[in-house]
Amino acid sequence: MEKRAVFKSAWLPYALIFPQIAVTILFFFWPAAQALYQSLLVQDAFGTQTEFVWFDNFRDLFHDELYLASFKVTAVFSVLVAGIGLSVSLVLAVMADRVLRGAGLYKTLLIWPYAVAPAVAGILWLFLFNPTLGIVALWLKGMGIEWNHLLNDQHAMMLIVFAAVWKQISYNFLFFLAGLQSIPKSLIEAAAIDGAGPLRRFWTIIFPLLSPTTFFLLVVNIVYAFFDTFAIVDTATEGGPGQATQILVYKVYKDGFKGLDLGGSAAQSVVLMAIVIALTFVQFRYVEKKVQY
Amino acid sequence: MKRIALGVSAVVLAMAAAQARAVVEIQWWHAMTGAFGDRVAKMADDFNKSQSEYKVNAVYKGTYAETMTAGIAAYRSGAAPHILQVFEVGTATMMSAKGAVKPVWQLMKDAGEPFDQKAYISAVVGYYTTPKGEMVSFPFNSSTPVFYYNRDAFEKAGLDPNRPPATWPEVMAAAAKIKVSGATPCGFTTGWQSWVQLETFSAWHNVLFATKNNGFGGTDAKLVFNSPLHVRHVANLKEWMDKGYVTYGGRDNKPEAKFFGGECAMLTSSSAAYANIAKNAKFKFAVSALPYYADVQGAPQNTIIGGASLWVMGGKKPAEYKGVAKFLTFLSQPARQAEWHQASGYLPITMASYELTRKSGFYEKNPGTDVSVKQMVVKVTDKSRGIRLGNFAQIRDVIDEELEGIWAGKQDAKTGLDKAVKRGDELLEKFARANKG
Repeated sequence: MEKRAVFKSAWLPYALIFPQIAVTILFFFWPAAQALYQSLLVQDAFGTQTEFVWFDNFRDLFHDELYLASFKVTAVFSVLVAGIGLSVSLVLAVMADRVLRGAGLYKTLLIWPYAVAPAVAGILWLFLFNPTLGIVALWLKGMGIEWNHLLNDQHAMMLIVFAAVWKQISYNFLFFLAGLQSIPKSLIEAAAIDGAGPLRRFWTIIFPLLSPTTFFLLVVNIVYAFFDTFAIVDTATEGGPGQATQILVYKVYKDGFKGLDLGGSAAQSVVLMAIVIALTFVQFRYVEKKVQY
Repeated sequence: MKRIALGVSAVVLAMAAAQARAVVEIQWWHAMTGAFGDRVAKMADDFNKSQSEYKVNAVYKGTYAETMTAGIAAYRSGAAPHILQVFEVGTATMMSAKGAVKPVWQLMKDAGEPFDQKAYISAVVGYYTTPKGEMVSFPFNSSTPVFYYNRDAFEKAGLDPNRPPATWPEVMAAAAKIKVSGATPCGFTTGWQSWVQLETFSAWHNVLFATKNNGFGGTDAKLVFNSPLHVRHVANLKEWMDKGYVTYGGRDNKPEAKFFGGECAMLTSSSAAYANIAKNAKFKFAVSALPYYADVQGAPQNTIIGGASLWVMGGKKPAEYKGVAKFLTFLSQPARQAEWHQASGYLPITMASYELTRKSGFYEKNPGTDVSVKQMVVKVTDKSRGIRLGNFAQIRDVIDEELEGIWAGKQDAKTGLDKAVKRGDELLEKFARANKG
């Protein structure tokens, strides 16, 4: 089965991908190159004094225990966000797939949060969990739990995980739902006739057939947790208490934009870039082998 | 007759049109929102109406940090505004940017505008002058920490609402009474913990926050806010937290909500919080001076300022600078200053505007609004003049983080402050390295 499109013209394929390549170079490679160069400099905020320092910025970073601690925070955060986000949305998608009446309404409501900006999502959850005014904090108090994300590390981490997951569930849900709907009904029916219960059908048929979607979402969610969540952290916890919720990308933002330490901030974003490249590589190299297309 | 009148008006119109074409535009980037933002727009508008040569465009650029970053990015790409509003922690960064900014004293001198530095309140101007005493930026909105208390809660707890606590032990005695009587669930909380409880605390007790006169004497300053007095105060706050008298309300101005929401009966925070508290509090409240430790020699000295000042950016045309100078003169008119002070809760920047406000009877009608001024209008010492440190925004973050470690019980006051000093010193060295020249 030949799926490939064959072009007769020598230049046409290049011309067709040119816009995409141009956009990628202009908006991805060029800034990345600038970050690489900037990470080797020590410069004042206005750029009036510049010193080329080779890898001093990186050396400073890796001598900083707190920066190293930030790796651990980021790992915990992204595993939680990707793990909880994928499982919850898979459950929701499976349920929504079975709904017969009012399915459109359910789907619309589930997709809704995706339209919310991360900063707004952070504020929303902050309100719910505000120790003084928050309705969820009030319920927790009723159950005997003193919610205080201002001083309790775990509470603060849970708060940003909730906000980040909630924001991403819609996206995951959409892809899972589409994946579920593309599974041929005949397969499931055949299994049912053979006497497989709903759970067994899910684990032996549906889940393996969903694996390309799951794999794609895993990559996307990890990248999301690494890069797109700094607005949530900024509005909900500002990295605190202490540095309990200081994820790597938030530190990049804080040192670069608030602290105006461009060299240090660029060095951090280079490290971050390397991590995400490595992670994506590992995912494609090892996890993808388990995926059945 | 009619024809002559027509002719004259035509000439006048033509002249006006010619002038309109020659109008010099001045960009002013600021970070004021809500009612403050409206006032800023009105100031620009009033100036534009008062003359026809210059036109000031006031543009809102986001938070203080965002406005400063936007201004710096614009400078790097050659499109800086003429006037940039920068918060107080950005002062050292702006000052060391040689060529990027035009010092205000120089601007006024070049433009031949009347400018008397002595007319300004020295504790305000001191923050923005070089060691030689030259004013580099124009103080615009300056605030200072004050003490707020809930009069209703004081009455309920059996305290005299006309005698607010003056010292820290008195504050805690009051907090204990409030807590025990159940008047409010929390006795005391503080906004801007670094600015109020460490920076201003140092000036108020006439002790150093950093060496080299808090950084005024050079960029090689070292932090010293881990002295026994500082440790004692932070340890006290922690002890009172454990007893339930004090509640930690978060960073920046977030704890203010705990006060006007009625949860905490006492608050230390910016004088500029007045308008917001007056708008939201459903109880009677009052303002008084910041508490101190009576056994410390020289306390109370003076409090130090926060807020922001206006910086004139470098590399502009002389005609534009003339317009900027005229606008700054316009802004320092006593009546205008007094109006801004009364409407915003920010400090009056000149003595004349303070006098004007006093004579108008404003302070009698709004008791407590002069507390901030009284804390400032004393002769400052080298230790209390202000704080000028590089990477100060990051140092404040470090202080927030280490204090949170103390409040959460992960480290004692001494360990936490020592760590904050060590991490802060590293940031100072980094700044000194990037700004050698």
